[in-house]
Amino acid sequence: MSIPVEVLLKKKEHYERDAHHTPEDFHEELFRLEAEGEWIIDRVPEPYIEVNTKYNRPKKIPIGNLWHHKSCGQCGHIPGYSTAIFWVMRKLGLDYNDPRDQTSCTAWNYYASATSNAAAQAAVAMRNFAAAKESGYYPLIHCGTSYGHYKEVREELLLHGDLRRQVRDVMDKLGKPLVMPEEIVHYSEWFYAMKDRIAENQVRDFSGIAATVHPACHYYKLVEGDAIYDPDVYGGQRTAIVTGLVETLGAEVRSYSTWFDCCGFGFRHILVQRDFTRSFATQRKIEVMKEEADPDVVLTHDTGCVTTLDKSQFATQAHGANVGVPVMSEAQFAALAMGAHPYKVCQLHWHSTDYRPLLEKMGIDWEAAWAEFEADVAKLERGEKEFLTWDDVDA
Amino acid sequence: MTEAPSALYKAPAVAGHDNVPFAEKQRLFEQVKADVRYPDYLYGCYECGICVAACPSARFYDFSPRRIAQAAAREDIELIYQQMEEDIWECSQCFSCVRCPRGNNPGGIITLLREVAVNNGLGSARQALEGYSRIIYKIMSTGTQVSPDMLQPDAFPDWGPEVKDVSDNLDLWRRALPPETMHTTSTGWDVSEKTLIELYLIWFETGALEMIREVDEGLHMILEEVMEERLEEEGIEL
Repeated sequence: MSIPVEVLLKKKEHYERDAHHTPEDFHEELFRLEAEGEWIIDRVPEPYIEVNTKYNRPKKIPIGNLWHHKSCGQCGHIPGYSTAIFWVMRKLGLDYNDPRDQTSCTAWNYYASATSNAAAQAAVAMRNFAAAKESGYYPLIHCGTSYGHYKEVREELLLHGDLRRQVRDVMDKLGKPLVMPEEIVHYSEWFYAMKDRIAENQVRDFSGIAATVHPACHYYKLVEGDAIYDPDVYGGQRTAIVTGLVETLGAEVRSYSTWFDCCGFGFRHILVQRDFTRSFATQRKIEVMKEEADPDVVLTHDTGCVTTLDKSQFATQAHGANVGVPVMSEAQFAALAMGAHPYKVCQLHWHSTDYRPLLEKMGIDWEAAWAEFEADVAKLERGEKEFLTWDDVDA
Repeated sequence: MTEAPSALYKAPAVAGHDNVPFAEKQRLFEQVKADVRYPDYLYGCYECGICVAACPSARFYDFSPRRIAQAAAREDIELIYQQMEEDIWECSQCFSCVRCPRGNNPGGIITLLREVAVNNGLGSARQALEGYSRIIYKIMSTGTQVSPDMLQPDAFPDWGPEVKDVSDNLDLWRRALPPETMHTTSTGWDVSEKTLIELYLIWFETGALEMIREVDEGLHMILEEVMEERLEEEGIEL
């Protein structure tokens, strides 16, 4: 028997957080340490949009001039994730920087194998933030884990002077100052903040599309205070990220009872204990979504979650599991709404679950689109071009 | 066998690992407690079990974040050692457990227990990281992890036939990506040489490279050689 989610949600249409549990605003300490010369605060550049966070504090989300802190998982295995983010920004006429002077957050060696430590992880974060500052662009974090981990790093550096001193010594050796952004911003927050402008540029009707949303644990569970919440989305009880955008695009977001559950990624598990990942992803997420919400698509906003929810479905068919729903990021979904090419931009051929019925429902002729992509790839194969460019994509 | 000095501890015969002296178990726990993050992760447990209800690993393994927080709060050195050898690598590090009403962070405590297990070359760490050398190597030497050429059908047969499509067309499909930084196949994106030099310095200066020595001496030697050579080319002395 499924849980009556809608009845429960009705009771919590206007969720109020207990004011006694409101944590202190970290900005006060952030700026105090700057005044004492401990570090430089990289301020959110104007123009920015203010959004509401969990404890009703405003958060500044910069509109343009962004330094894209890419994700090793997205760029490596789900490249349409990154290309969709870039494409939407280009379409809106916004300048950005796609740097080579950037490492990943390296948190795989923190959460998966524990072959790193607090100082190393903070130094990696500070190196990337200093590189962003040098470039004159403001960091936008693509990965949910990088975003959550950098917030953890910020907390640790705020709390511990010895750690700040240790990391500052390392930065001195690199010839870089200690730089902390005023706000750590995830790409989903940018999409949420820009949702009305994205909807103004929508060319495809999504009113017939039903979606379920999986929020990334490291987005709203790690240092949860500066995740986006909206009283008009889930009554303000759950993070509004992804859902707020998808509803603005006219699609229907359907709820399900295991919304708060992790996807089962597990870092180590997705690679070396995949039986766990596969079981959790299908039994606690995909099958529950299918049974309770029957979505056309699952939308999420972290590398690990897309990979886990997408790749885990294939093998479970052998057990007759109730699976078979495409998975993508809300950035890919928004790009499709704005008319992006499903292969040249959204790179859906890198995904495993069958997305073609969804494209048909969106009014996209996927066979024609695939033929266009293959024609472009043939040019590369014949040596007529070395690479495809943004000009090719929008041709 | 060394007896635990207090009835507060789980009996070694029950906790297992009674071949390891109590003093050694205590030494390891002292390392955990000495970490700057430890007081931020533990405020005491009243055993409500919310963390267990939220925990994905608790559903599929004999694993409980509540036991982790409890053992740390009671400083049950025998039980903590048992967990370091038997439990900690099951955690998914999703941090669903931070819903704790006391503000505990069992996932964070596990991060620290794992780091101490790695630093001291415990059997559980060696076992957990078997088959994991490639990932550690990739992150430390390239600054990225999930490289496109990881997607090999023999490594991921359970991910469906599309993995083979990606693998067969990898070079072409990467060159078809519009961002210039993403035409790579062995790294997620093109990381500049200057950036790598700075990253290598971080690994040396913070002791992160040294952490690997106890769990994988061979990997440590390779990484050290790669990084030292590159830094020497730049005229950087360690």
